[in-house]
Amino acid sequence: MDITDSVSAKASPEIKASPAIKASPPIMTAKNVDVFYGKKQAIKNVSLEIPENQITALIGPSGCGKSTLLRCFNRMNDTIESCKVTGDIRFAGQDIYAKKVDVVALRARIGIVFQKANPFPKSIFENVAYGPRIHGLAESKSHLEEIVITSLKRAGLYNEVSDRLTDAGTSLSGGQQQRLCIARAIAVQPQVILMDEPCSALDPIATAIVEELMESMKENYTIVIVTHSMQQAARISQKTAFFHLGEVVEFGDTDTIFTNPNDERTQNYISGRIG
Amino acid sequence: MSKSHIVSSFNTDLKHLRNLVLNMGALVEQQVLQATTALKEEDRSIAKRVLGGDQEINALEAELNDAALKVLALRQPVAKDLRNVMMSLKIGGHLERIGDYAKNMARRTNTITKADAFTGSIGTIVHMSELVQSMVSNALKAYNMRDIELAEYIRAQDENVDQMLNTLFRELLTYMMEDPRNISGCMHLLFIAKNFERMGDHVVEIAQEIIFLVTGNWPLEKRAKYDKTSKMIVTPNDLENN
Repeated sequence: MDITDSVSAKASPEIKASPAIKASPPIMTAKNVDVFYGKKQAIKNVSLEIPENQITALIGPSGCGKSTLLRCFNRMNDTIESCKVTGDIRFAGQDIYAKKVDVVALRARIGIVFQKANPFPKSIFENVAYGPRIHGLAESKSHLEEIVITSLKRAGLYNEVSDRLTDAGTSLSGGQQQRLCIARAIAVQPQVILMDEPCSALDPIATAIVEELMESMKENYTIVIVTHSMQQAARISQKTAFFHLGEVVEFGDTDTIFTNPNDERTQNYISGRIG
Repeated sequence: MSKSHIVSSFNTDLKHLRNLVLNMGALVEQQVLQATTALKEEDRSIAKRVLGGDQEINALEAELNDAALKVLALRQPVAKDLRNVMMSLKIGGHLERIGDYAKNMARRTNTITKADAFTGSIGTIVHMSELVQSMVSNALKAYNMRDIELAEYIRAQDENVDQMLNTLFRELLTYMMEDPRNISGCMHLLFIAKNFERMGDHVVEIAQEIIFLVTGNWPLEKRAKYDKTSKMIVTPNDLENN
């Protein structure tokens, strides 16, 4: 789907997985990206390629620019007035900062899940139904129900909430709320899901459930995750980028980064020698 | 040297591992030296001490295993720290095996001296032992200093150990053919020589593990094997021709 179209125009009636392409080209690319907050430069000349249907982890100390870059990927930074983004960021080959891009459509293609679960003050059902409804993705009431149920299933939450879909989303536990937010992101058929420290407020069991979910989700979605947990990055991602002082110090296979990184700074950060 | 950890107790744990390996190494060096002295001087009291000393090495290895397991479980080391823990664990295993060979040598020394068996060729065996001792000592130095050049040198040293075994093999076969009464003594000496050859191989493994610990890569180049005894036949004719 073209991000310059509105989502509803070509919405398929069912939730379908994005076409699986073997030996996939990068679905997102960032090239020579600089980001400024006023005069302060948060990201310096960053270039990255996000492979499709894989989990890419962005790690680095606080303030290194990893969340800033994540937010560039679906133009969440547009909402910050002082923020200026230069360089080239592409999704499926299209420049997402081009004038003709419909940002709402873009964010449906590239969803985001935040650190703190933020369900709408509505029922569990309505939380998930909201996106498909405003984007006109559902043809009928029963189709909307189908979308909600499929999304909840994909987010691994359905079995726990199937008998109380009308309860408030906020009545769920923290881990369930986070999975509800994932279901909400999935419901509008994204191809990429950005996650900004999705497990940092969760206990280890809820974290394990979300990680297991991400593992199963990567068949259908591309995931980019910002995490402060080095172990989490090592456990779940295939690619890892290490950010330091606004630059990408090293980007490569997670296996390599955590066993034999090239750069001394990566080595020092992941082994707990610099913060 | 790399930087210290932000969590200083992690540094303490890693230092503890390093010290355990070095302490094991020092004991192993001592055992090989003592076992050689026992053989050279046909001194059963020294051999007996070597037999007892092995327990201390085994106890240190058990301590090293526990300490490494604890670091893995509690610190979840990565990159160089992970390689450090894994390789220290493996090096400890090799040192323990070298200790076992020294113990076996002490046991054979006991047997040979009790039976007043043949003890020719001991000079060559002592020479072999000195070479292996220098390899062990270099390996411990290379481990402590993370010195990959020294580790590479150790790999090259092993060739001489193998060649000494080849020489001894021929020499001892000759003695056996000359007089069957020499056979049991010669067999024990041959096993002792083979022990040294095995020790050399363990030290080479240690050297490779040090290289991996430091660089993250195993040495690519395959080391040539010079121990030819598995293919050697010596006949009485060979003896006459010599």
